This record gives sequence, C-alpha cells and structure tokens, in this order.
Amino acid sequence: MRYGTHTSACLALVRRDLLLSWRRRGDALNPVLFALMVVVLFPLALGPEPNQLARMAGGVVFVALLLAGLLALDSLFRGDHEDGSLEQLVLSPHPLPLILASKIAVHWLITGLPLILIAPLLAEMMYLPRTVLPTLLVALALATPLLSLLGAVCVALTVGMRRSGMLLALLVLPLYVPVLIFAAGACNAAQSGLPFLAPLLWLGAALALALVFAPLACAAALRISIA
Amino acid sequence: MNTLILWFHKIGSPPTFHRIATRLTPWLYACALLSGLVALYGGLVLAPPDYQQSDAYRIIFVHVPCAWMGLFAYFFMAVNAFIALVWRIKISGILAMASAPVGAAFTAITLATGSIWGKPMWGTWWTWDARLTSELVLLFLYLGVIGLYNAIEDRVQATRAAAFLALIGIVNVPIVHFSVSWWNTLHQGSTVRLLGPSRIDSSMLWPLLLMAFATHVWFFASVLVRSRISLVELESGKDWARKVALGSEARQ
Repeated sequence: MRYGTHTSACLALVRRDLLLSWRRRGDALNPVLFALMVVVLFPLALGPEPNQLARMAGGVVFVALLLAGLLALDSLFRGDHEDGSLEQLVLSPHPLPLILASKIAVHWLITGLPLILIAPLLAEMMYLPRTVLPTLLVALALATPLLSLLGAVCVALTVGMRRSGMLLALLVLPLYVPVLIFAAGACNAAQSGLPFLAPLLWLGAALALALVFAPLACAAALRISIA
Repeated sequence: MNTLILWFHKIGSPPTFHRIATRLTPWLYACALLSGLVALYGGLVLAPPDYQQSDAYRIIFVHVPCAWMGLFAYFFMAVNAFIALVWRIKISGILAMASAPVGAAFTAITLATGSIWGKPMWGTWWTWDARLTSELVLLFLYLGVIGLYNAIEDRVQATRAAAFLALIGIVNVPIVHFSVSWWNTLHQGSTVRLLGPSRIDSSMLWPLLLMAFATHVWFFASVLVRSRISLVELESGKDWARKVALGSEARQ
C-alpha cells in the first residue's frame, strides 16, 4: 500500500479543513463577533470619554482578541475527535507534528486572520491613535500565530473531555501572559512615543521557537490524551 | 546489577516505596517541626531588628523560604514529570502530582506574606512588578496542573497529561528566579547568594537557612504522605495495597 508523500498528505488535510470550514462559514464569524462585543462593553462600562478610552485602547483590543482566540481554540480538534478522524490522523504513517502544524495553520487562517482584519475597526472604536495602528497590526500578526500554537498544545491535552472550556482557560492563560505583555507593551510604548522594537523582536523570537517546538509538543500531548 | 541501580529499582516498586515512605514520614515531620520552631525562635527573638524596617522585616523568615520552596517544588515536579513521561516510572508520576498542591500552597503563602509585608513597607498590597507577576503566573501554572489532573477520570492518563503540562510550564521557573536581576522594578534583588558572599548579617542568615531546611523537609514529608495515599488508591486492586488498607482499618 502506498501512502503518498508528506506534502501531499498535508495538502489534502489543508484542503479538507478549509472545505469543512467553508461549508460552515457562519462559525468562522463567531470569534470576530465575540471580540467586537467585548470591545463594545468597555466604552459602555467606562464611559465614552475618548481620552480615557484611547489610553487603554491597545490593551483592550489585545485582551478581546486573546479571549476570542481562546474560545475558538476548542474547535481545533473537537469535530475531528467526535467523528474519529483525529485517531486516524494519529495513526497515519505521516509525521504527526507535520500534520498538526498544517491543522494549526489552517485554524489560524480561519480564526486568527479575521481577528487581525477586524483589529483596525476595534482600534477605531477605542480611539486608538492612528499612528499606533501599524504597531498594533504587526504585534497582532506576530502574536496571533503564537497564541494559536501555544493554545494548540494545551487543547491537545484536553481532547476528549466533555466540559473542557473553563479548564482550557486555566491551562492556556498562564502561557498567554508573556505574549500579552510583550504585544500590548509594544503598543503602549508606541503610543507614548517610546522605542517599541524590542518587544516585537521578542515576539518574533518566541514565534520562531514556537513554530518549531509547538507542533512537536502538540503531537506528544495528543498522543497522551488519545492513548 | 550495580547496587545503586538495584536500590533505585527497589524504591520504584510500589510496596517498597510505600513501606519506606510510611517509616520516613513521622521522622521527617518531627525534623521539620523541630528545625522550623528553632528557626522561628532564632528569627523572631534572637535576630536583631533591622536598622530601617525594625521588626517588620521578620516576615522574610517565612516569605523567603516559602518562595524558594515554590520554585523548588515546581522543579521537583517537573523532573519527576519528565521521568514519568520518558521512562514511565509509576512512582515519579505520583510524586510529581503529589508535589503540585504542596508547591501551590507554598506559592500562595509567598504571595500572601509578600502582600502583608508590602502594605506597610511599599504602601501597597500589590504591584505589577516582574517578580510578583511571574510568581502569580507560577501559582496559575500549579492550579492548571492540579485542575487538569482532577479533570481526567483515568488516573494514569491524568498523570501523564498533567505531567506534560508541568513540563511546558517549566519555562516560567527561570523567569521567576531571574526576574529581579533582569528587570529593575520594585521587588528587591536577591540578598542570599549561593556564589559569593551574602548581603545579610549572619545573625539573620542562620534562621533563614534553617527555615529553608525545615520547609524542604516538610515538603518531602507532605509529598510522601500524599503519594502514599494515591499509590494505595492507584494499586487498590493489588494484594499489597489491600493488605495495607485493611491493616490500617484493623488498627483503628
């Protein structure tokens, strides 16, 4: 029996995952709507003063997007686990880290990218100064894949649990803290006219590390929880 | 076989481990209590008051040993988690999971005593300084490990999953340890140093080190008790475990 090359397996998986999410396009919109609603809550709770909102704009946008990403994490393996195809992926002759890397990449395309696209709107709602917007977008472009990768490792540990929502937050949020600190730190530094390159470089370094190690860790975690 | 390896394998067998742990625990607790009391007397009564903080500094005799223990317990947990994951040694997994709640308690005590001291000294209960934040994240990591362990029904799988999570979280340990040297914020730098002279008077140093010793011994005693219980639970189908359980019932 021939299995095809690793590349063809990954491509087939990417095509399948994209197709599946295209068939249920409404679901992809949910994290975006969630982030939008969370950001709307802040002016309602704090009062509509532009100066006050602008001061915390970067942080609020990051927290909203981070929470939206956290809620979206659950869908990474859920469907595949329910219909049994996740076990087939684990058993497949192709390297599991590679397969998971392509799954995480697709998941980021579906949930992470829309969040970056909506970020300018959220920033405008919070009166973030226009000059800070590029920094925000760069920080998000580095931070959201990092969040997806870190989250995938934790969500692999909770695969198969029935009510894993709260537990997942408990596992994931401590690991998200440094990412949030550096990403929001870059924005805040840019907003107050300070150099903001260093935190962005840290984020890039962390992303490079996570790109290599997170799929490996994710595969190990998945093997534990599917055993 | 090498005697050392033989000894190691013997310790790894559940009945032997249980027997040794049962015999050791009272001694460890007694040793910890005794040295802890002596250290407290030394710290609270014998050590002179600080020239600036007067008596308020005395909380370090609890705060600093607990902070060391919070990190040490995580390290201990992670090493055992690694052994449990790689060589699948049952005892290591149990030890790792037993040390999580103890380490979490030490970390919580560190945060609480730090707050109590911070209010009069810094004028605030809490500040978002690098060390305080990373210590808080350490507590969350412990809680995550405990939560994951309790959420999975199957004990063996729960141990493996939680051990894996503990290994991921180990990146935070150096951050906590070096936070005061990397970021210059409110929390003071380290006074007691392994290399080079400590910047603390010997009259204050000896109770501190004795207390650190006491907390270490207490940690091991507590971990041994916890792992004994989960060992009997895990092996409840086996002969020796039934004998142990029935034996303790008969004595009551």
